[in-house]
Amino acid sequence: MKYSREIVVTTLALLAAVSTAQAGVLPEDRADVLYHLYDGGGVEIDGPSVLVRKQVGKSTSFVANYYVDMISSASIDVITTASPYTEERTQYSLGMDYLRGNTTMSVGYTSSVESDFDAKTYTFSVSQDMFGDMTTLTLSYALGDDLVGRSDDPVFERENDRQQYGVGLTQILTRNLIATLNFETITDEGFLNNPYRSVRYVDAGSALGYSYEPELYPNTRTSNAVGLRAKYYLPYRAALEGEYRFFTDTWDIESHTASLSYTHPMGPWIFSAKFRYHDQTGAHFYRDIFSRSEATNFRGRDKELSPLTSTTFKIGASYQFIDDVEGWGFIKKGTVNLSYSALAVDYEEFSDLSTSAVLGEEPLYVLDANIFQVFFSIWY
Amino acid sequence: MNMKINAFSRFVLLAIATVVVSGCSGIEPWVKPYERDRLADPIMALDTDPVSSSYIQHVYEAREGARGGEGAAGGGCGCN
Repeated sequence: MKYSREIVVTTLALLAAVSTAQAGVLPEDRADVLYHLYDGGGVEIDGPSVLVRKQVGKSTSFVANYYVDMISSASIDVITTASPYTEERTQYSLGMDYLRGNTTMSVGYTSSVESDFDAKTYTFSVSQDMFGDMTTLTLSYALGDDLVGRSDDPVFERENDRQQYGVGLTQILTRNLIATLNFETITDEGFLNNPYRSVRYVDAGSALGYSYEPELYPNTRTSNAVGLRAKYYLPYRAALEGEYRFFTDTWDIESHTASLSYTHPMGPWIFSAKFRYHDQTGAHFYRDIFSRSEATNFRGRDKELSPLTSTTFKIGASYQFIDDVEGWGFIKKGTVNLSYSALAVDYEEFSDLSTSAVLGEEPLYVLDANIFQVFFSIWY
Repeated sequence: MNMKINAFSRFVLLAIATVVVSGCSGIEPWVKPYERDRLADPIMALDTDPVSSSYIQHVYEAREGARGGEGAAGGGCGCN
């Protein structure tokens, strides 16, 4: 269940992304077949993602996505409080865009199924081109309905409802510069903690000096995020993109995320490089160790809620093997793409308990992960 | 404080309404359609490969506490 919530909502981005920037024009017909591999911190996740988009008639475009995560986890959380596990999640998404004049209306549905987690999400968005197609305004809404279970307790069942409200503005600024501003509010209500997670507290009666008890999160969370992105066409044929996001929520997490990327075509090749930096404060109920059992009303030790910084360096290459002038049968264009990302996360208040260090002298945990993506794309 | 917020909200709504209404009467686009050849270059697409960007966005949302604000939908719960 640990990944379901994220992948459902991010796939909504996938369904809506193209129309966000191009209201007034339906997204191109294309198909993508991707293999992804994440390897880091004792966790290995891989699987396929297949995306197919097809226009039907003059004003309607359909999109479907099939995504699988095969997870093998012996993460720091698992090895300290549980047993390594494997599991699989399958996700289906369907979406439709309807174009009328300068307005694009989109609806989408996503279902994610796992042995102990079931998530359904419904989305609706409207994009409007304005001012001679220089400006695109997008309003979006999503409703999420999650059902949380436990693999070791068939009776355990909890619900979570999520609502997302988004406003996006994409603006052509000059003949070389385009920018987009996005604001998004997300509210959750229900069972928000992980049913398998524990917090630790000082316990003089324990040989380790501490014991564990289940974590307990608030039942609500509301977050606000504003993101600004700008892409600039350089004096030669290459692009530079900068992005910044500010995030804040009712759990007192506040973060700043910035990235810079460079894209450079060379014949049939397109090379890209990106650097991303993220810094956040911790949730108000997060502690690496609590002073005693049930020390606070709410308590958590998810390392993602700890103060942390993360950096990513990504490189990618794309090779166009079917020329978009000559084509190949019904295929207009085809590319093969490869990317590698090195992700490093430094936790400022999350100790590495896998070492034999005594209480109070444990080193802080550091996560290093390698992320690979290989995918084929064809346009038809 | 609430009065200030309400007054500010009204101002923002009025400003948006003014822009939208004036848009109907036709603001001259300062970048003409024939001047958008560079912006139409595939390397200038804001989301070149949705299947890839969606995946990497999911990785971040699983590893970090923040969510959303990166275009269209977004989100996450901060799980591992």
